[in-house]
Amino acid sequence: MTPLTSCLLLSALLFAIGLAGALMRRNAILVLIGIELMLNAANLNFIAFWRYGPNPEALTGMMFAIFSIGVAAAEAAVGLALIISLYRHTKTTNIDEVNSMRG
Amino acid sequence: MLFTIFAILTVAGAAAAMSLRNLVHSVLALTVAFAGLAAVYLHLGAQFIGLAQILVYVGAVAILIVFAILLTRDAGATSQSILSSSWIGNGTVVLVIFGILAWAIHHSATSQRVVLPQPEASMQQIGNALMLRFALPLEIIGVLLTVALIGAVTIAMREKKETR
Amino acid sequence: MGETADQFFVTLQHWLVGHAPASLQPILSSLLSVVAILGVFALLFAITTVLERKGLGRIQNRYGPNRVGPFGFLQPIADGIKSLTKEDIVPHAADKVVHFLAPVVLVLAAFSLYAVLPLGRNMVLANLDAGVLFFFAVSSVMELTIFMAGWSSRNKYSLLGAMRAIAQMISYEVPLILASVTVIMAAGSLSTVAIVEKQAGYTGILPHWFVFTPWGFAGFVLFMIAATAESNRSPFDLPEGESEIIAGYYTEYSGFKFALFFLGEYLGMFAISGLGITLFLGGWAAPFSFLAWVPSYLWFFAKLLGMIVVFIWVRGTLPRLRMDQLMNFAWKFMLPMALLNLVTVAVWHFLPQGVLRWIVCGLMVVVPYVLLGRGLTRGWKLEKRVYRFAE
Repeated sequence: MTPLTSCLLLSALLFAIGLAGALMRRNAILVLIGIELMLNAANLNFIAFWRYGPNPEALTGMMFAIFSIGVAAAEAAVGLALIISLYRHTKTTNIDEVNSMRG
Repeated sequence: MLFTIFAILTVAGAAAAMSLRNLVHSVLALTVAFAGLAAVYLHLGAQFIGLAQILVYVGAVAILIVFAILLTRDAGATSQSILSSSWIGNGTVVLVIFGILAWAIHHSATSQRVVLPQPEASMQQIGNALMLRFALPLEIIGVLLTVALIGAVTIAMREKKETR
Repeated sequence: MGETADQFFVTLQHWLVGHAPASLQPILSSLLSVVAILGVFALLFAITTVLERKGLGRIQNRYGPNRVGPFGFLQPIADGIKSLTKEDIVPHAADKVVHFLAPVVLVLAAFSLYAVLPLGRNMVLANLDAGVLFFFAVSSVMELTIFMAGWSSRNKYSLLGAMRAIAQMISYEVPLILASVTVIMAAGSLSTVAIVEKQAGYTGILPHWFVFTPWGFAGFVLFMIAATAESNRSPFDLPEGESEIIAGYYTEYSGFKFALFFLGEYLGMFAISGLGITLFLGGWAAPFSFLAWVPSYLWFFAKLLGMIVVFIWVRGTLPRLRMDQLMNFAWKFMLPMALLNLVTVAVWHFLPQGVLRWIVCGLMVVVPYVLLGRGLTRGWKLEKRVYRFAE
């Protein structure tokens, strides 16, 4: 098992954990935590391919990971603001109960 | 060997983050997962990314999530078990998805690659890349972060009540 | 002779490590440096506790502790024995694991900050390419431990103190990092060793430290104010002020864990002073060229002691700031000043050397300071205080 494969397997496992949590947990904040785990798994992929892939001098993988970290931080801020605002309206963070627009 | 330790730490942290019932414990486990990932990045030689991961994720995103938990707490959320009620279902979904991805990785071309020596990623090169080749994404992410900041403050602001 | 005294500890380390087999030598060398750092800074912590209590006492027109040892200087030993033998009370409803881990992680993070500080010529534990970034990354871990301490105690005072402390620390992190970025721009590197080497050299007898430039002076003042706020020291110690909130986030800690929090906070203060010395005050360089024969580590610790004395002096002199005053100061005054400082350092870099660039950059620092100060305090009616009952 090459080092690249082990990095990719770790990233796949983290992605699977994040995806399962984001789909199956009911608390909105836990969904956001799952999304952050998925973004981190993708970052790990980029860094692994930068390190073990062709042409690491172009630093493309590292740059993508930097911007991905920035975007993830921005998205976490906005997502949490939305959750706080939702809590103020509906007094709950359980996303199963926020279904008042259902026909 | 070192990579295995960091990998186990990260996966344990992530699994605990997604299956603990107590939200604050879950965030602290997520922080452990982030730290484990930062250790993996440092092990792979990406010094800047590893330190930026700690600075941004552990130092900012985790604290954001913690603040949000404290501002949206339901009173009296006490229960006896440590793990959430759906952890078996979660685990099954994880294993299925991981199985599919692992099969794809195993049968792809990445398992026969030669291992290159450690690439050089000094601060000067990263700075050069950010300023010359990746200047446009840098400016866009500056605008994006400003927009996200203003947006988050506007969304989470209390609405002014006109009549008391 | 000056050379051997300067490199005394380096040669001692090489001699000690030379006895080991070659494969173990890097690990043994790092281990020796780590032990030395632990010993020296723990001793400095002990000395600072006594210095602070006696200094504050003299400022407040009383003696400090003067029973234990000559002039009270063995007081840390008495404090250590007391904190080790006190009962370790953990509240029944507290979260035991997190309650235990909070001081441990705090002290771990605080000690690992010293890895990138150059304590003397060739005396840095880890010459990282991104040393300053490592420093800020680890100091942002310390904020999370404060939350862990405050939340795990299940005490409203602790939680409130922790929230205030975190809000204060993240607000003041921004001017801190921006002030450091000006130095990084001027030195062209994130490595602490490279920044210190950029400030070596003398014109005549005056040194090339960054603090002796207009942007450097403004940056140094901003850095020191933000460092005081980051270490939760007076006048920014609302989260742990005794008259406000009992003891804030470490109300429920007793005995040795309280001593660990104390240790962690003081170590953080030393580390950030050390970073300020590295970035602005020339690190281990002597102030005048004719004093360069004094060993470099003595200069570093002399400057560090000077900054500790200034911290103690400020603590004894200024009153505590309220939370909203704190936040206003950080976001409305320090952040614009730090951003303008960035522009100033860029202008300094591109103007040719001479009087012109001093005048231009000096004006770029002083004029916004005066205008912003006047603008922000315009609504305040500051008048002489009248005491109704004490006349």
